[in-house]
Amino acid sequence: MALLRWTKRHLVVLAGLLTLGYLLLPNVVVTVFSFNAPKGRFNYEWQTFSTDAWTDPCGVAGLCRSLSLSLQLAAWATLGATVLGTMIAFALVRYRFRARGAVNSLIFLPMAMPEVVMAASLLTLFLNLGAQLGFWTILIAHIMFCLSFVVVAVKARVMSMDPRLEEAARDLYAGPVQTFVRVTLPLAAPGIAAGALLAFALSFDDFIITNFTAGSTVTFPMFVWGSAQRGTPVQINVIGTAMFVVAVLFVLAGMIVGNRRKRQKP
Amino acid sequence: MTKDHGGDVRLSGISKTYGSFTAVHPLDLTVPEGSFFALLGASGCGKTTTLRMIAGLEEPSSGTVSLGEQDVTRLPPHKRPVNTVFQSYALFPHLDIFENVAFGLRRRGIRSVKKQVDEMLELVQLGEQARKKPHQLSGGQQQRVALARALINRPKVLLLDEPLGALDLKLRRQMQWELGRIQTEVGITFVHVTHDQEEAMTMADTVAVMNAGRVEQLGSPLDLYENPRTTFVANFLGTSNLIEAEVDSKSGGDIVLKAGDGKLVLPEARCSAPATAGGRVLVGVRPEKISLTHADDAGDVPVGRNRITGKITATSFTGVSTQYAVDSSVCPEFVVYVQNIDRDPRLVPGADAVLHWSPAHTFGLDAAQDIDAGVETVEEEAAV
Repeated sequence: MALLRWTKRHLVVLAGLLTLGYLLLPNVVVTVFSFNAPKGRFNYEWQTFSTDAWTDPCGVAGLCRSLSLSLQLAAWATLGATVLGTMIAFALVRYRFRARGAVNSLIFLPMAMPEVVMAASLLTLFLNLGAQLGFWTILIAHIMFCLSFVVVAVKARVMSMDPRLEEAARDLYAGPVQTFVRVTLPLAAPGIAAGALLAFALSFDDFIITNFTAGSTVTFPMFVWGSAQRGTPVQINVIGTAMFVVAVLFVLAGMIVGNRRKRQKP
Repeated sequence: MTKDHGGDVRLSGISKTYGSFTAVHPLDLTVPEGSFFALLGASGCGKTTTLRMIAGLEEPSSGTVSLGEQDVTRLPPHKRPVNTVFQSYALFPHLDIFENVAFGLRRRGIRSVKKQVDEMLELVQLGEQARKKPHQLSGGQQQRVALARALINRPKVLLLDEPLGALDLKLRRQMQWELGRIQTEVGITFVHVTHDQEEAMTMADTVAVMNAGRVEQLGSPLDLYENPRTTFVANFLGTSNLIEAEVDSKSGGDIVLKAGDGKLVLPEARCSAPATAGGRVLVGVRPEKISLTHADDAGDVPVGRNRITGKITATSFTGVSTQYAVDSSVCPEFVVYVQNIDRDPRLVPGADAVLHWSPAHTFGLDAAQDIDAGVETVEEEAAV
C-alpha cells in the first residue's frame, strides 16, 4: 500500500527519469567503450580500461581527414543555408507576392521527401549535369536539405515580431541598413541561431544524401559506416564522446549566461 | 518658441487608397505651429492613416505633406524631423530603457548622449529605471519611455497614436494632464490621434473630428460641442437630442419651426442647414441645457423658452446630476441631465413633465443626414 502511494506521488519524476535514461543510455555506452581496449578489430565487447584511443584520436588512417571534411562541410552548409533561409523566411512573412502560397508549401517538400529518394535524384541530376562528385556536390546537397529547417525556425520567429518595432526605428532616424542591423537582426537572432544549430547538426551527421553525392570523398559518417564493415576503431567512440561533451558544454554555457542575465535584472 | 522649433504641418489634398478601399479621402488640414491638435474618430475612420502619412510610414496616394516651408511628401521616415509615440509603445525589447531613449540620438551620430538621456528620463520620472528592460516596467512607465524616446529628439512635430489607450482610467487621466504639461513646457506641435472624445476635448486646442475617411468638422473643443454642424459630431462628442422639425417662418434672425404640435425657435446663426419655409431641419439641444418641470407646474415655465411635453420613462442618479429619459411625441428618448440642486420628488418614471430650454442653446442641422450617425460607434468603442 505504502509503495503504491509512493509510486503514485512520484510517478511524474519516475517517468521523467526513465525517459532521460532511455535517451542517454546510447551516449553512456559510446563513452564507456571509448575507454575500451578491444581484442581484435571490433569494439563490441568490454575488455580492459585504456586511454590509448584518447591519447591518439587520429591514430586510424583517414579518420581525422574525414572529420575535418565533415566539420568544414557543416560550417559552410550552415552559413549558406542560414543566409538563404533567413532571407526566404523574411520574404515569406513580410511580403505579399504572387506564388507566395506555393513557395510556402514547396519549401517543406525536402523535409517530407524520403531522404534516399532525394539522394538518388540528386545523383541523377549531378551526373546529367556532368558535375564532378565531391566537396561541392555534397555542399550543394547539404545546403538544399538544411534550407527548409532554417526557414521553418526563422519564420516562426519573424512571424512573432512586431513590425511596429521596425517602424519605430525608422521613425527614430535609422535608415534601412541601420534598422536591419540594430533592430531586425537582434530580434530575429534567436530564430536564426536555432536554425543554424539545426543545420549544423543535420549536415554534420548526414549519411544517405552524402553517400550518394560524395563520389570518392569520405565524410565522417561515411568513414564510420565504412569501417563498421571491417572493424570499429575505438577512436570513433572518442570522437563521438568529444562531440557530445562539446554540445553539453555549449548548453551549460548558454544556461549560465541566461541565469546571470536574469539575476542581474530582477 | 523660436522658428527653428516649428513651422505648421500642412496637408494638401492628401488621400490614401488601398485597392478599391479609400481609407482617407482627399483632405486639407493645417496644424498650427506649437498647437496641441487632436484627430478624433472611431476606429477605421482614417485618423491613424493620416498620422502615419505625416510620419512617412505610409505613402499618400495623392496630395502633399509639408512641414513649415519644406515639402516632405517623398522623404522617408528617418529623414523627417517628426517622431511618433506608437499605440503599443513599440519599445525595443532587446535594449534597456537608457538605450531605447538614446536610440534616436545615436542614429544621428551624436556621441555623448548620457546627459541628455538622463535629463529626459528625469523629465518623465524614470531615472531609476534606466538599466531595466522594457518588459520589466508597468504599462504607464512604458508609455513614459515611449514619450521620452520621441521627445529627446526635439522633433518639429510629435505624433501620438492613441498613446493612452492601453492605460487604465485613473492613469489615463493623470497622463492626459502630464502630456498637457509637457506640451506646454517643450512647445512642440503635438498631433494626437484618439477615439476618446473626452480625451480629445480636455487636451487639445483644436480637434478635427474624422468619420469614414473625411474630416467632419474642425474647431476648438468648445466650438465643436456647442455648434456641431453634422449629426455625427453632435452624437459623437457628448450626447445630443435631435428632433426633426419643419420650417414654419423666419422672424428677426430666428427661425420658427413646427415639431409635432409645438413650436420651437432656433437662432438663424446657429443653423448650419439652409432653412426655407416648408423645408425640414434637425433641431438639436444638449441634455444639460434642458430644464425639467412637472406638468402640474407647466404654467410656471417662462414665456419665450422652447418647450416639449413628455412622460418620464427612466431616471438614474449619478451623484453630480440626475439623468432622465423622457418619451415625447417628437423624440422617443429625450435625454435630460439635471443638476442635483432642488430635486423635485414628483419627477419619477411615469410622471408627465415639460422640457424647456433657451432658444439660444438650440442648434440646427441638415435633415438629410442619418439622425443616428456617430451613436453606435461610441457604444462600440466603449465595448472594446
